[in-house]
Amino acid sequence: MSEAHRDYQGAKIGMWLFLFTEFMLFGGLFISYASYRAIYPAQFHHASAELDVFLGVANTLILLTSSLFVAASITAVQKGRKNLALMLLALTIAFGAWFLVNKYVEWGAHIRQGVYPNGPLLLKRPSGEILFFGLYYVMTGLHGLHVLAGALLLAFMLVLLAKDRIRQDDYVKLENSGLYWHLVDVIWIFLLPLFYLAA
Amino acid sequence: MEHEQGHLIEYRTLLKVWAALVVLTGLLVAVSRISAAHAAWAMLTISPLKAALVIYFFMHLKYEGLLLKTMVFTALFTFLTFIGLMFVDISFR
Repeated sequence: MSEAHRDYQGAKIGMWLFLFTEFMLFGGLFISYASYRAIYPAQFHHASAELDVFLGVANTLILLTSSLFVAASITAVQKGRKNLALMLLALTIAFGAWFLVNKYVEWGAHIRQGVYPNGPLLLKRPSGEILFFGLYYVMTGLHGLHVLAGALLLAFMLVLLAKDRIRQDDYVKLENSGLYWHLVDVIWIFLLPLFYLAA
Repeated sequence: MEHEQGHLIEYRTLLKVWAALVVLTGLLVAVSRISAAHAAWAMLTISPLKAALVIYFFMHLKYEGLLLKTMVFTALFTFLTFIGLMFVDISFR
């Protein structure tokens, strides 16, 4: 066993500090959403009706389940059950990909209807609706990038786990990657009611 | 070399938290369909509760020390202050 310096608490605190910056990044967007919704309540309400509630809820369940998988994969590593942990991590990544496919279908449908940032059809509509869809694309887009980044990070952890670089006695990397994945889930928990259920 | 390691959460506990999250999601959707006012209240109560479950159990915050808990609540308090100030700004324009 290597005697390299390790600082479990330090590694975790560092990750949480990074998560705070992510939280504030989305926080600024949540604040702009709240302020514009306070100014244009009826138009936000109206625009929200165009979003597909079924896809929004399905994606919520997908992310919640993927969060369960990554949390369970950490428990599996702690119990020394490597193969189970590998399988759970692979499932987490697959669910992340499924989420992105749904997002692609959803955005594709809006774009075909001419609802996209600066789209001529969208620009003819009231300013509150333009703002709603602007925020929708920026916030779900930024969130989607985080899902992609999280899935890539977890794929990297999968390789480290397979190579025994993540083990029962040293798994803080996996724990921190899991924290990132959960943060992405927490943000989606708020995006669902703000965009899909506001009608 | 001794290492401090994380707390182990049993699969059963994780599964219960997941089930609670699914039920709360269903409740959120159902209540949101009643009226706009219901939707707003559901968003302000059920969503933070769901987030708290994820942060407390999936992210292991329940089992962390006072330092990390204080850090998280400080960040949350800072953000809520920003939101409060923003609404004050809007209402006095």
